[in-house]
Amino acid sequence: MAKLRAWQQAPLLNWAAMGAPLVLLLVFFLVYPVGQLLLLSIHNDRGFTLAQYRQLFASSVYLDVLLITLKISLVTTLVCVVAGYPIAYLISMVGKERKATLLFWVLLSFWTSFLVRAFAWIVLLGRNGVVNKLLLSLGIVSAPVDLLYSFGSVLIGMVNALLPLAVLTMLSVMENIDRNLPRAAATLGAGPGMAFWKIYFPLSLPGVAAAGIMVFVTAIGFFIVPALLGGRRETMITQLIIDQVQQTMNWGFAGAISVLLLAVVLIVFTVYDRLLGLSTMTGAATAVRAKLSRRSGLFARIGDAVLTLLGAISDRIIGLLPSRRDRGPDTPGLGLQGFVWIMLTVISAPTLLMIPLSFGTGGLNWPPQGFTLHWYQEVLQSPVWTQAVIRSLLVGLGTGALAMLIGTPAAFLLVRSNIPAKGAWLAFILSPIVAPRMIIAVGLFYVFARIGLVGSAFGLILGHTVVAVPYVVMTMMAVLRNYDTRLDHAAQSLGARPFATLRHITFPILGAGMMSSFLFAFATSFDELTIALFATGGLNATLPKQFWDEVTLQVSPVIAAVSTCLFIFMGILIFVAERLRRRVAAR
Amino acid sequence: MASSSLRVSNLCKRYGDFVALAPTSLDVAKGEFLTLLGPSGSGKTTLLSLIAGLAHPDEGRILIDDADVTHSPAYARDIGVVFQNYALFPHMTVEENIAFPLKMRKMADAEARKLTAEALETVRLPHVARRYPRELSGGQQQRIALARCIVYRPAIILMDEPLGALDKKLRDQMQLEIKRIHRELRTTIVYVTHDQEEAMTMSDRICLMNAGAIEQLGTPEDLYFRPRSVFVADFLGESNLLSATVRDVDTEGLDIVLADHEAQLRAVGNGSAFTAGEPIKVMVRPQNLVVEDAAAGRGRLTGRLTDVMISGSLTRLYIAPEAAGMAPLVAAYPTRSSAAPYEIGQLVSLGWNAADAVAIRDAKGA
Ligand SMILES: Nc1ncnc2c1ncn2[C@@H]1O[C@H](COP(=O)(O)OP(=O)(O)OP(=O)(O)O)[C@@H](O)[C@H]1O
Ligand SMILES: [Mg+2]
Repeated sequence: MAKLRAWQQAPLLNWAAMGAPLVLLLVFFLVYPVGQLLLLSIHNDRGFTLAQYRQLFASSVYLDVLLITLKISLVTTLVCVVAGYPIAYLISMVGKERKATLLFWVLLSFWTSFLVRAFAWIVLLGRNGVVNKLLLSLGIVSAPVDLLYSFGSVLIGMVNALLPLAVLTMLSVMENIDRNLPRAAATLGAGPGMAFWKIYFPLSLPGVAAAGIMVFVTAIGFFIVPALLGGRRETMITQLIIDQVQQTMNWGFAGAISVLLLAVVLIVFTVYDRLLGLSTMTGAATAVRAKLSRRSGLFARIGDAVLTLLGAISDRIIGLLPSRRDRGPDTPGLGLQGFVWIMLTVISAPTLLMIPLSFGTGGLNWPPQGFTLHWYQEVLQSPVWTQAVIRSLLVGLGTGALAMLIGTPAAFLLVRSNIPAKGAWLAFILSPIVAPRMIIAVGLFYVFARIGLVGSAFGLILGHTVVAVPYVVMTMMAVLRNYDTRLDHAAQSLGARPFATLRHITFPILGAGMMSSFLFAFATSFDELTIALFATGGLNATLPKQFWDEVTLQVSPVIAAVSTCLFIFMGILIFVAERLRRRVAAR
Repeated sequence: MASSSLRVSNLCKRYGDFVALAPTSLDVAKGEFLTLLGPSGSGKTTLLSLIAGLAHPDEGRILIDDADVTHSPAYARDIGVVFQNYALFPHMTVEENIAFPLKMRKMADAEARKLTAEALETVRLPHVARRYPRELSGGQQQRIALARCIVYRPAIILMDEPLGALDKKLRDQMQLEIKRIHRELRTTIVYVTHDQEEAMTMSDRICLMNAGAIEQLGTPEDLYFRPRSVFVADFLGESNLLSATVRDVDTEGLDIVLADHEAQLRAVGNGSAFTAGEPIKVMVRPQNLVVEDAAAGRGRLTGRLTDVMISGSLTRLYIAPEAAGMAPLVAAYPTRSSAAPYEIGQLVSLGWNAADAVAIRDAKGA
């Protein structure tokens, strides 16, 4: 209580103590490095210069890459949102048990490293891969076809990479839609189709919008998939930045490309804000409706007419189908379930198919032959791999701990206090998620090189904390919002001292949420490649970096063995995290 | 075990510019049962949480048995609180919830189990011991919150609408139970309720609050028969309020004149100081309003009967006075099996005993 008094008497001091670590972290390891990089693009030894930009626009090469990047990102976003919607819808509709199963597969895919998934597609789509073998045996083709290194393979890889993100984003909005609303519509005389299109769909739109922008912004900064699955014509803009930094150390030009990338992202956000309002990004459904209803007149009437038409058509079609009296009104149709399972299979199968190959003696050719543990032995006996594992675990745990230490007080501050300009602070804290990771990584590399942090675990932990801390703040904010402070009050009135209150009440109730937010930070770091790409190498490479170095060198069964280990490790982690989450949700 | 006295002096709580509790002073004697009554948002919960040490006052002091506890932490005050929203710990069973305060007091397990079982018995819920709070109905949760509070016999118990979610019958039972606990333990109880009847039957004194301040503090009879303000008269039971002017003040009561009337009448004071010529309100409770056929003509006012309503044990007559500008009046008498002797539209005369007419200072007129 004495603490509470102090809190009230000197809020500024407390705010500073709780918020400063996070603000300092972001200023030193996000704002400063990125600012440096942008400065480098207009500044050389002789002062201000626009030479880099002249070079950038001198030929159409870089603009072409930008256009390709935009094209790939846009198509990926469309496919992810359209295919993800039914998945999210089904997950939000089914009962507890089925939901857990469906969610497990989405999460497993979400948390399986981008690298592992991209590698799996290389194996799957290769000349001796499953797909070619299947086409051959079915007699559709007479000789193996080249499926890899094309727009199609990049698109498949991108969709596989980002579909889970789209599903989870939309799901977070759909789960908050009152299920009674469509039911109420039904009692008011709307058929199921009408109830869906006129009631449910408009309510779920904020989720669609949020998913769209999250996927697009992530896609635009992607390099793993186009580098591994694409040909020269599918080069994306971040790959150019990597080339500039790794091959020519041309910081100025890397900075100029970064500015271009950042400009595109900013334009996208501005357009999004104009159309829907940025607050929808956190799934605030009311905001999008307010924004939409303000643009009344023609736009709204057309939208309404389209939805009415869609509703009427759906009801007509449903009317033609055989009667569905055998199941309840809320039971999802077989078509929907079938589609969802097919999609989940497509995004999970590649990784699963790689498991038997990793035990095979026939290289990565399908079908697997023989049985050997040779590849696993090779991994275990190679110091590069074992070092990488240890390094990654170390950095992951460090990142988890640091992100919790810095993020939790900030979350407390944002939820429990009435600091001014909360929205702006939140936007600042979340900026590492929306800023293209590559720009952060290059900026950090530049700054780390100056202060000798390149290759050090500590530097990497700092970098990873910058990108992991927004997730910690967001989950901890959700956890804290659900926590009823009156329980603490009750405990104190019943005679519990502050420490006993923490131990018996606060921690047991918040503990699971804190644990899962720690795991989130750990997993983010454990799977991080962009920052590790520059900041580590050789014996101090992290696991993703080592994986990347190997896979760009050669495609070998050793990597399949590593992938399998990673996949199983992540599977266990998600299982544990989900168990924890459900223990919290059960209350 | 022992009970304590409680003194609150000039206690004040603000949220920004909003005054949730204006400087308030209050004395609660050892073993007293005091009820806080008042409309929603009048500061009852605020006052309780200040007393319990769950919020900090901006000004003022709190004394328990003459010791200043204004700055001592909640866990050191030996105050029990039954929260308005129950505040049961969701991750503990009912049993664990009730045993929690005992555990915090380092009581031996066997002893704690015995007391827990007794407390459950008291609230008539021994069969839910192993359940989690979410597996109980709202009323059951409320009773567990009560059990968790009485199990460790705090010297002062604060209850924030502890029976709000219960049905009438269970409510009556629990009222008796709380009274019994109060009698047996002689605990000092500060009780919050919205139910006037509950307040009247259970309390030694009632503290009526309005807009963050005490409107009147006294015995139930005080508040009911000698309300200090129009607000109190209105809030506690039904009342007829007539505008009048003071003619003269003497030791027994006042001479008054009703607005638009000539005849001088008598009224009793409510403890306030009146001066001649002052505009006042005169309160007559419905059951003290005597209705007669206008032909008998002994009443002080005449009016037309507009409505007759029988609500259980009471029959209410609604009357529109003949005089222009007077608010409708209501009279009540015990319902009898025979039909009401009056017809709607009939002219009636209204009278009352001078002792039943209470003068109240009119805040607006003054
Ligand atoms: N944390 C707070 N911040 C701002 N205002 C508050 C806060 N807590 C209470 N108030 C305000 O103080 C006033 C008194 O609240 P309080 O909870 O004491 O009312 P109450 O008399 O208990 O009402 P009820 O009968 O509805 O429980 C209310 O107007 C309320 O809105
Ligand atoms: Mg209250």
